[in-house]
Amino acid sequence: MTTSPYGVQTAARSTAVAARATDLSKVYGQGETRVVALDAVSVEFRQAEFTAIMGPSGSGKSTLMHCMAGLDTVSGGSARIGDTELTSLNDKKLTRLRRDKIGFIFQAFNLLPTLTALENITLPMDIAGRKPDRQWLDMVVETVGLSGRLKHRPNQLSGGQQQRVAVARALAGKPEIMFADEPTGNLDSRSGAEVLGFLRNSVRELGQTVVMVTHDPVAASYADRVVFLADGRIVDEMREPTADAVLDRMKRFDAKGRTS
Amino acid sequence: MFRTALRNVLAHKARLLMTVLAVMLGVAFVSGTLVFTSTISAAQKKSSEKGFTGVDVAVQPHRQDSDKGNPGDAPKLTQRLLDQAAAVPGAAGATGSVNGFAAIADKHGKLIGEGFDSTGANYYPGTGGKDARYPLKSGRAPHGPGEIALDAKTAERGGYKTGDTVRVSVDGPVLEQKLSGIFTTDDGNVSAGGSLALFDTPTAQKLYGKPGEFSEIDVKAAAGTSQAALKTAVEKILPADAEATTGKQLADEQARVIAQNQDMQRNILLTFAGIALFVGIFIIANTFTMLVAQRTKELALMRAVGASRRQVTRSVLIEAFLIGTVAGVTGLLAGIGIGTGLRSLLKGNGAQLPDGPLVVEPSTIVVSLAVGIVVTMLSAWLPGRRAAKIPPVAAMNSVHAVPTARSLVVRNSIGGALTAIGAAVVLTASGTSMMGLGAAVVLIGVFVLTPLLSRPMIAAAAPLLRLFGMPGKLARQNAVRNPRRTAATASALMIGLTLITGMTVIAGSVQQAIDKMATSSMKADYVVSMASMTSLSPDVEKKLAAHPDVTASSPVRMSPSRVNGDFKNLSGVNGATIGKLTKLDFTAGSFEGLSGDKVVIDDATARTHHWKLGSSVPVTFEDGKKGTLTVSGVYKGNDLMRGMMVDLRTIAPHQSEISDRQVMVKTKGGASESAKETLRKALGDNPAVQIQTKKDISNSIAKGINLLLNILYGLLAMAVVVAVLGVINTLAMSVFERQQEIGMLRAIGLDRKGIKRMVRLESLVISLFGGVMGVGLGVFFGWAAGDLISKALNTYELVLPWGRMGLFLLMAALVGVLAALWPARRAAKLNMLSAIKAE
Repeated sequence: MTTSPYGVQTAARSTAVAARATDLSKVYGQGETRVVALDAVSVEFRQAEFTAIMGPSGSGKSTLMHCMAGLDTVSGGSARIGDTELTSLNDKKLTRLRRDKIGFIFQAFNLLPTLTALENITLPMDIAGRKPDRQWLDMVVETVGLSGRLKHRPNQLSGGQQQRVAVARALAGKPEIMFADEPTGNLDSRSGAEVLGFLRNSVRELGQTVVMVTHDPVAASYADRVVFLADGRIVDEMREPTADAVLDRMKRFDAKGRTS
Repeated sequence: MFRTALRNVLAHKARLLMTVLAVMLGVAFVSGTLVFTSTISAAQKKSSEKGFTGVDVAVQPHRQDSDKGNPGDAPKLTQRLLDQAAAVPGAAGATGSVNGFAAIADKHGKLIGEGFDSTGANYYPGTGGKDARYPLKSGRAPHGPGEIALDAKTAERGGYKTGDTVRVSVDGPVLEQKLSGIFTTDDGNVSAGGSLALFDTPTAQKLYGKPGEFSEIDVKAAAGTSQAALKTAVEKILPADAEATTGKQLADEQARVIAQNQDMQRNILLTFAGIALFVGIFIIANTFTMLVAQRTKELALMRAVGASRRQVTRSVLIEAFLIGTVAGVTGLLAGIGIGTGLRSLLKGNGAQLPDGPLVVEPSTIVVSLAVGIVVTMLSAWLPGRRAAKIPPVAAMNSVHAVPTARSLVVRNSIGGALTAIGAAVVLTASGTSMMGLGAAVVLIGVFVLTPLLSRPMIAAAAPLLRLFGMPGKLARQNAVRNPRRTAATASALMIGLTLITGMTVIAGSVQQAIDKMATSSMKADYVVSMASMTSLSPDVEKKLAAHPDVTASSPVRMSPSRVNGDFKNLSGVNGATIGKLTKLDFTAGSFEGLSGDKVVIDDATARTHHWKLGSSVPVTFEDGKKGTLTVSGVYKGNDLMRGMMVDLRTIAPHQSEISDRQVMVKTKGGASESAKETLRKALGDNPAVQIQTKKDISNSIAKGINLLLNILYGLLAMAVVVAVLGVINTLAMSVFERQQEIGMLRAIGLDRKGIKRMVRLESLVISLFGGVMGVGLGVFFGWAAGDLISKALNTYELVLPWGRMGLFLLMAALVGVLAALWPARRAAKLNMLSAIKAE
């Protein structure tokens, strides 16, 4: 049992579940236009684990993440963050849950151009009217390497730096779980690698829980575990993935897609 | 391209509605003002226009301002002259008329109509015993001293039927006349809301002129005789002091006088129409700029698939034409409605406006449609060109309309220069036209500067917005994100509020100055005068002087005289009491011992003639006798008290006919409702006589100001509606551009309420920015105009109507809140996921 310098026990990883989906379904449309995006998916995301969700286009990987993160409503089954059942929450409570317990990283950075980097990082806490934990904040900023750029506005930062601000924003509130939607999609490979490195470090060193949707095998190789989705079902899972192994697995989807 | 444009118009119904609404309101604003202006003008013209049909040559007395004759002499138009005129070659007949003021009381003793439009005249039976001008509806023509006929409208208003007894007053005493008949007339004054009473000719002559005389003789030409020929024939028989004029000349002259009288009012209303036009153009241009900006991507896509620049521009223009036409026509109709509504609204609030049919001049239609179509197309042209320049790759770009990063340096320099020049002109202006020009330049200058001003002014609101937490902060930052757009939106509100604040400040200050003048120059409790401002019977003064409650009274008796060669009225006052009734500011001498050959003059007269205390003033009295008066006092004249005053006994020997302009009265108990009632009873409960306190006097002077202010408030209401629309447009645009941000804010934990609050606060900030600027500029103009006004009104000083100003700011805030309703709802309802994914 090793203890990280920040007091989070990495050993907890194997036991506590940060988020769990049980028979989660999501159906769009009705009648002939009916599309089943998620078909009774059951999956667990354990604390202090970095999970990647992969699958071909239309497999439902983004939908799964949106439903788990309380961004989208579900058609059936259950989605939990910690002990909280999302399906029973109204919009107001769901909003509060996202604000207090979940961190988000989007493909398009999604920073407010009028705020400085620091203001963007503390935005969720400012919305809540909470004071940020100074020590934790300094540490997060230090970790993502933005110390010298806190007064800059997003348009004065490079894409990689902007995404690092987004990572810091997600981390700053000490969320129970962080969701990242194609976080490297808009970045060059070097900046992408940096951002993925921070995500992995936040799991390894800060004990955070990260769920990332990606279609990039290299990005997935940073994770502890990869969950594969196809046609709204979980079809496979891989631990300690490598880029090559993920790529091979993905190729099988393509082959299947071509033959069927 | 036409089909694409048409489809574009139809494809976005909400957007279409907003644009059409904006253009429509702009047009409605303009056409409403124009319709209102022309309707009021036409009604006024009608009310002062007498029918000149049937009058080929009119004979009127003509007082010549020469040394011949005595100042009091009026030429006599006798029955003999009339008979002669009727007999000249080429004449088919002649009618004599006598007219003047006739107050008619309704059954409750109240005056029907306003004093100035209550007229009386004679019924002149022509061939067949009937007067063709006044066809009888019921009863018969008045005959003998105890009878009267009324026009149908007045009879109806007073609730009178033939045979009833009607209380009438011509110059003081109340007459009880039997209503012999009710007639109809096309007399313009009557159709504009006035009253007309007819007496038989001898009675009218006795009441208005002198027996056997007329105030006008109208000669009708026989078939085949021209007006000019008849005039020549009539002139041969005329006495020296009478003048013949052809009907055409009279009509022309009348038209000229009416035009002159209406000039000021028309100018004011036209100024407003001009401002309406400006604001209208502005809102339309604004809307279209946003519309095209919103479609940058779509237009770039058209370029990418092969449309030429020209085609893109043209498609935007066709779209503008379609919208302009639809909105122009509907706006015109709405404007006609607004023009009508405005009038009834003002009438409902007690404003005195002449009656008349709704007038929609062709020019109104042309201007309105031109504003709708041309302005829409022009305002679309610039953004259209900009759109055409969008590189096709912009279609692939994931960025929306790039906020204009163009520097504001040039704009700020121009704005600063304009503001400075304008302010300099305003501050040094010596006339109203220079002042107006300066004000317009300042307004344009500030308008150009608004983007620059928006940052510090909105930043100043930060401490307040901080109370609203994060949404407040975001609202403030969003409001200054696109300074041009914010400025454009706020300006629409600013212009309206500048005008209205300026006018309110000036009106309030003038009102105060008049009050001050009335209270500071008069010690009398009441001023008694005719409602028509015609002369009072001397009887009134006698009755008042004899009344036990009256402690002091003095008439102001007019006596036309020639002073130092100029024609001038001498005002006869009671030398013994005048000092107790007035409180004039004497620069030399006083009212002390005003009698004999003493005269008290105002400072303006003293300056003109270089007279001072003790100067000798040569006078020719109205009966032609000459004399010399000595100046015993010089006072500062004002709008209530001015001119040359002598003792009543000084002019009495020279007067054959006494006419009092007013009687000043001081009573035992001071001014009170019961004292007023006592006096009213003492004067025989006469509808024609008005008894006014100082407050009544200043109110009646201020009435004109208030009417104008009411019209302005009506127009402001329209400007506010337009401003609301502008703010809605801007917010809708902001929400649309920032949907990704809004989605992100929702995702990371800002609830719907927070989003709504953010949009509302942005709206509030923009509106209040416009409001503060408007009120500030208005106060500046009001203050600057004070300099000019105080030259004419020496008691003038700036009074800031804090209450009203607060109300205007509150209204600006209301505009903000109202305008944000829909955009805020829309923002809160945005689908988070699609908003985040939106490119």
